[in-house]
Amino acid sequence: MLFGKAKILRSHGWQYIPDLKNVTLTEEFRGFPLLSDTDTKDDIERAAAICPTGAISTSPLTLDMGKCLFCGECARCAPRNIRFTNNYRLAATRREDLIVEVGQTEPKFDREAVRPEIAKYFGKALQLREVSAGGDASIEMELGATGNVNFDFGRYGVGFTASPRHADGLVLTGPISRNMAEALDICYHAIAEPKIVVVCGSEAISGGLYAESPAVERSFITKYKVDLWLPGAPTHPLCFIDGITRLREKR
Amino acid sequence: MELYLKTNNTASAVALADIPQVDYEALYADLAERMNDSRYHVAHYFATEVEAGLRFYLLLLDDTSAEVLITSFQPDYYSEEGLSSLTALHPAFHPFEREMHELYGIHFNHHPWLKPLRFPHDRRDKNSTMDSYPFYSIEGDELHEVNVGPIHAGIIEPGAFRFICNGEQVLHLEIALGYQHRGVESEMVRNQNRLRQTLIAESIAGDSAIAHTTAYAELIEKLAEYKPDMDLARERVVAIELERIAMHIADTGALATDIGFQLYQVACEALRTMTINTTQAWCGNRFGKSLIRPLGSNHPLTAEKIELIRRNVKEIRRRYNEVRCDILEAPTLLARFEQCGLVPTHEMQRIGGVGMAARSSNLLRDIRATHPSGYYATELHHTPITKRDCDVMSRLATRLDEVLQSADYIEQILADYHPTDNIAKPDYAAPLRGEALSFALVEGWRGEICHVALTDSCGNITKYKVKDPSVHNWLALAIAVRSEGISDFPINNKSFNLSYCGHDL
Ligand code: SF4
Repeated sequence: MLFGKAKILRSHGWQYIPDLKNVTLTEEFRGFPLLSDTDTKDDIERAAAICPTGAISTSPLTLDMGKCLFCGECARCAPRNIRFTNNYRLAATRREDLIVEVGQTEPKFDREAVRPEIAKYFGKALQLREVSAGGDASIEMELGATGNVNFDFGRYGVGFTASPRHADGLVLTGPISRNMAEALDICYHAIAEPKIVVVCGSEAISGGLYAESPAVERSFITKYKVDLWLPGAPTHPLCFIDGITRLREKR
Repeated sequence: MELYLKTNNTASAVALADIPQVDYEALYADLAERMNDSRYHVAHYFATEVEAGLRFYLLLLDDTSAEVLITSFQPDYYSEEGLSSLTALHPAFHPFEREMHELYGIHFNHHPWLKPLRFPHDRRDKNSTMDSYPFYSIEGDELHEVNVGPIHAGIIEPGAFRFICNGEQVLHLEIALGYQHRGVESEMVRNQNRLRQTLIAESIAGDSAIAHTTAYAELIEKLAEYKPDMDLARERVVAIELERIAMHIADTGALATDIGFQLYQVACEALRTMTINTTQAWCGNRFGKSLIRPLGSNHPLTAEKIELIRRNVKEIRRRYNEVRCDILEAPTLLARFEQCGLVPTHEMQRIGGVGMAARSSNLLRDIRATHPSGYYATELHHTPITKRDCDVMSRLATRLDEVLQSADYIEQILADYHPTDNIAKPDYAAPLRGEALSFALVEGWRGEICHVALTDSCGNITKYKVKDPSVHNWLALAIAVRSEGISDFPINNKSFNLSYCGHDL
């Protein structure tokens, strides 16, 4: 018995990522897109037409990461116009900053838009209440993974809590199904001020594939102040960790 | 007259005109008898609007002959009489009849449990809302109710659970779902953009993205009269078995978490990370989103990737087996899991249980063996793993063995695989057969996934129906916790790990 456990321990060794700020993901990962203009617009128009969430505008060329599901199909239609890099640091503090323009080389993270009290109150510890409202479970699993043995975000005092009464903020996932809208609202109000709101995943940010579905009810997004937008389908744990870390940094 | 059209999971789509349109009473009489035989179970049963009212389609699986039996009927729309409920005889029909009742107001006479299924946006009775779900109640001074949800303690999806307890003992659990309803089936037919449909399939249940998208792709390929070449079929099997490994490991860890067994928990977390990072190195997404596409692939395997997958899977298998061997000898764990959460075989069959939960109750339901398609049908002859004890431990033990089996399959499939450039790019515009019904059956890690689509005369998809195994298996969870201590609910819940979003659609 003990021998078996020792074997498991030895096989696994150390699993945690020592420096969460310096991780490079596989080249295959589709993160921040680089956009370039071309003389002819044919390719990019085909890409815009096939994009399932209407994330691409052609004139001028932009790509809205808040709508994008990172399927990569547009980059196959228009390889000269769109190229996905493995940069997972996609967090934005303002919704409009998720719209990527031609020539932009880095995601925009506007520090000015961060409320100063966030660093003051939540700089040392931050407990979050996650609410899934139509999320497809992959994103919920990724948020769960942020606390696992590899990422261990808990080492920076960030974790998820069961009761909204114990929480400093709310993390929303999913396109906000109508049947969950009320419970989400109640949960928001159950969290004491000051609190933060994190909208996690492209489906939550824009509704994604369900943006026009009669089964979603998205007024939450406009009703309350959102502090952090995290694109992805699902959002990679490192994107979440990076975004939350920068949100809490002292200016 | 023949009651059913007989086809199978590898044949192409069937013409709507070839599907018998039968008399409901005759069908009812046949099913009343036929469904007593465990070789049959219902894969899908739904209604769709046609000009003169509603047409009902039923897909029945014969697990012995690998046949799929399809039939339909069209009752008089203006008749107020309703239909005799099949659920009253065979509870396996309950979600289907409830859904049709909820959507179209069809009355199923003598249905014992004609309650809302998921409160879809297009339900018939708009006064029926999430808040007014008619929970079962029992009167008694000794009893109390425990309400859980819709928001749960962890980072999981929402659903409302109501327990009726006598002291700590659960007398009854009722599960009300629908919170995750976002309109999957209606969005599927909003337009004919097949990339969009593929992505919707990926979002039916994110933890089964590969399995659900495989079902979509196979369904489309049947309509397009396209036979995937062997390499494509082979790579899809590698993908789906990787998904199975990842989720079975995740659930092993989750079960360990719930009894405070930290060593297995962290070992499984690390192993799951390694598995999904392998998928990510293959296609760029940890859940295999973007990996499965209709009529081709954007991520054909290369020699380097094959090497990487083989190496990682071998290591995962080795380390998981150490955990597995230790679990099987851990008295504190066995004491909690054995003889807890029983769902006897006959009960599992009656309610229509599928997948690994059914196999853990010694009921052989495994599409890979009974209705194989693609690579499973021709090259890989799958031997299902079943367990006899019908308890939480059985459901864990099935996982323990299936991880090793899937790892062995992947090694076997990739060992002599030298990819050529055969695999086509995906095709989102291939013409589809008109006036046809196409279905696909896929064994995801939870169990049987069934997608069905109907096309109009132009080959446009006008109806799309999805069935996640959870639709059947939620009832199994409710049965499992009866007479258990309420504190054993979490381990029972994890032992099934059912999908909310796959159910609510
Ligand atoms: S990668 Fe994003 S922008 Fe491109 S087609 Fe897919 S969803 Fe649209």
